[in-house]
Amino acid sequence: MKLNKASLFALISVLELASDAERQLSTTDIAKKYCISTHHLAKVMRNLVHEGVIQAIRGVGGGYRFAGNINRTTLLDIIQLFETMESELDLPHWGEDGNPIVAELQSVTNEIDNLTKAVLDTITLATALKNSRLREELLTNRKQPEAG
Amino acid sequence: MSEKIFIRNAKPSDLDAVVGLDEVGQREVKQAYWQGIFDHYVKSGRADRICLVAEKGNAVVGFIVGEVRAWEFGSPPCGWVFALSVAHAVREMGIGQRMFDEICSRLKQSGINTVRTMVDLDNKLTLSFFRSVGMCTGRYIELERQID
Repeated sequence: MKLNKASLFALISVLELASDAERQLSTTDIAKKYCISTHHLAKVMRNLVHEGVIQAIRGVGGGYRFAGNINRTTLLDIIQLFETMESELDLPHWGEDGNPIVAELQSVTNEIDNLTKAVLDTITLATALKNSRLREELLTNRKQPEAG
Repeated sequence: MSEKIFIRNAKPSDLDAVVGLDEVGQREVKQAYWQGIFDHYVKSGRADRICLVAEKGNAVVGFIVGEVRAWEFGSPPCGWVFALSVAHAVREMGIGQRMFDEICSRLKQSGINTVRTMVDLDNKLTLSFFRSVGMCTGRYIELERQID
């Protein structure tokens, strides 16, 4: 599975904002932290505002704030705002009544797509953030003996 | 003030409450199924067969069932959680997590360090719960086919 850039940027931004729902961050803040294109991210942020996932705060010190429910929103919910997650066989002349070998390959890709979606659709933002914090704690604990 | 939740071993007298909490299948069929489960897990008194309930006030508001299984599908001894439910009225209060933590603690005492479960692909709620307590896709893949 390879996420397109818009999906990836959206996941990063939403998780970053959802990690502290009171905090406002600008596109530049997020782009700098993850070393990604501000221009591309700005487009993604506009889409996320349009979909009601995040809220744009205007004025001095303005930026974006998470506007959803971290326990109800899954990674797939965010990704599907930008792509379908349906694998397509790159065969332009393939039709529904086509070759059985192509049909078998399509069946395999469908099976993989269904598993991928099942994983992404059951990881809420809350779970992803919890796991991220656990990773951070593990990293910190590993670094501490070196510092001492 | 909200009443405290207690997690305890199920008793034979909890049978009806557990059947009532189980949302899968028809009541008549479930009664016989759960009677068998109680005979096997509640009355056996074995440490490697675990049936816990969550109690609020005098009411049973949740249950979890699991056991240690060894060498099935070539797997060394591991814990399996195969039933879990929390009453609608008390969901999102951490009861599922407390029951899961307790069953993991009991499994650990039996020398087990891996816990597994299996969930219908469409059961997003339960899959999301198990994800939220740190479970992820394991080393075994369930395969099936229709028998013509």
